[in-house]
Amino acid sequence: MSIRLTVLDNIKRIAEEQQKHLAPLSDDLVLTESGLDSLCFAILVARLDAELGLDPFTTEEDIVFPVTVGDFVRLYEGAAVDEAA
Amino acid sequence: MKRPEPACLSAALAAAAAAGRPLGRLAGPDDAVGFADLLRASSLGGADLTGRSVLIATRAQFAAAVALIELDGRARRIVLCPPDLDPAHLPAIAGQAGIDAVVTDGDPAAFPALGVSDVLRCGPLGPAAPVAPSRGTEWVLLTSGTTGAPKMVAHRLSGLTGAIRPAAPDAPAPVWSTFYDIRRYGGLQILLRAVLAGGTLVLSDKDEPVSGFLARLGRHGATHVSGTPSHWRRALMSPAEAAFDPGYVRLSGEIADQAVLDALGDAFPRASVGHAYASTEAGVGFEVTDGQEGFPARFLAEAPGGVELRVVEGSLRIRSPRTATTYVGEGSPVLADADGFVDTGDMVALRGGRYHFVGRRGGIINVGGLKVHPEEVEAVINRHPRVRMSLVEGRRNPITGALVTATVVLEPGEAPPAAVKAEILAACRAALAPHKVPAILSFAEALAVTQAGKLARPGASRHA
Repeated sequence: MSIRLTVLDNIKRIAEEQQKHLAPLSDDLVLTESGLDSLCFAILVARLDAELGLDPFTTEEDIVFPVTVGDFVRLYEGAAVDEAA
Repeated sequence: MKRPEPACLSAALAAAAAAGRPLGRLAGPDDAVGFADLLRASSLGGADLTGRSVLIATRAQFAAAVALIELDGRARRIVLCPPDLDPAHLPAIAGQAGIDAVVTDGDPAAFPALGVSDVLRCGPLGPAAPVAPSRGTEWVLLTSGTTGAPKMVAHRLSGLTGAIRPAAPDAPAPVWSTFYDIRRYGGLQILLRAVLAGGTLVLSDKDEPVSGFLARLGRHGATHVSGTPSHWRRALMSPAEAAFDPGYVRLSGEIADQAVLDALGDAFPRASVGHAYASTEAGVGFEVTDGQEGFPARFLAEAPGGVELRVVEGSLRIRSPRTATTYVGEGSPVLADADGFVDTGDMVALRGGRYHFVGRRGGIINVGGLKVHPEEVEAVINRHPRVRMSLVEGRRNPITGALVTATVVLEPGEAPPAAVKAEILAACRAALAPHKVPAILSFAEALAVTQAGKLARPGASRHA
């Protein structure tokens, strides 16, 4: 599964588990308006670390915090590139 | 009925023998001796350690128990080393406790240099003239902290034995045993019961597999058996559990949750299952025998057995004649508050007329500013019938600081682990606030248990 699909799949599952009403996912969707709270994001980051072996929030220097779903996906795609380099 | 106060263990045994009460035996994996025989025997070649400060540092519990009975009432102070003590701590312990004699069952020449003139090897029992006890010996137990040097906790025999009731006159003599080492508070309570209330004591050995110990309990017909909930969960996982049939099952040292109480009730339908609250510092607080987790809130008003309880900022405090007298050593913390209450650091919450233990003050996981006690989550997980034991930990997280994770040991069963996992998490979501539900749950074959019989909690400092 691509990083994008893994991220989106986890977002949907966590929203369901946490009984959050998730806004339709698109790259432009602002994360703070997605329906996910900070606990959901914490879980998302932990699960992505477990599944992808990536935690850009901890490993990246000069991190630019993602604002939209598209930013979030690109952050992980960038981390994967750094990891492979 | 009040039990007469013994001056020392050998005096208690002598009084029982003089009263015509049959005395039991002390049975280790390889050795056994009648308690009555200890009155006229020495494992130290009759060496006189009257008035000395003695470190008992043996590998075997049997040797430690024999030396303890021989020296109580003669030595000024006895320091009991648990078997897993890091030898690196010995010089500090010997220095702070003013040790001037060591008893070991190993090679005295191989014993670490402590600047102590007498290092005695305890050997087979030989005849010795009874020596009149001359003093109240101070007993020093070491706490089982996972980090740093252990604390030395001083007790008097009267405090250590304060919760022990005399045997009913017509009752058959019990056969005691404990998963604990007798050099820890929980195990020492059982040795003292065997000496003071009568009966035989079956000792475990730290290198003995659980199945072997359980089989031995069966052969000896053990009737009264104590251990931590972790000890008991491990015993319940062993096929050898069916080999013995105790009448009395006691839990202490960790939170006894409803799941383990119920599992023990099912496994030993004939037994009364009780859980006791005790710690090395606070002594025996109270015992709960109604089969329910936690303890009735009325204990705070009733002060059962003269043990006064307070809850201050969520933590249980205890004042009683059974608490330790002091910590030994310079720079030690103060044991009790200004009113004489010992702060146990065990956090309780009042629900439905009962106080429930929710965890250690130092063990809290902070999820974005919200507190989680690992034990309260474990209690929910452990309710699932397929779960034998679980460990909940904090895991660093860049968003909330920490998240709750769980590692679970399953019993064999038909449903696939993925289905069990979904059920466990559903139960957690039903019972717990969202931040307390494990964000990651994995399965393991086993969980580490410390030498003290408690679930190993990496990174957490736990006592007693």
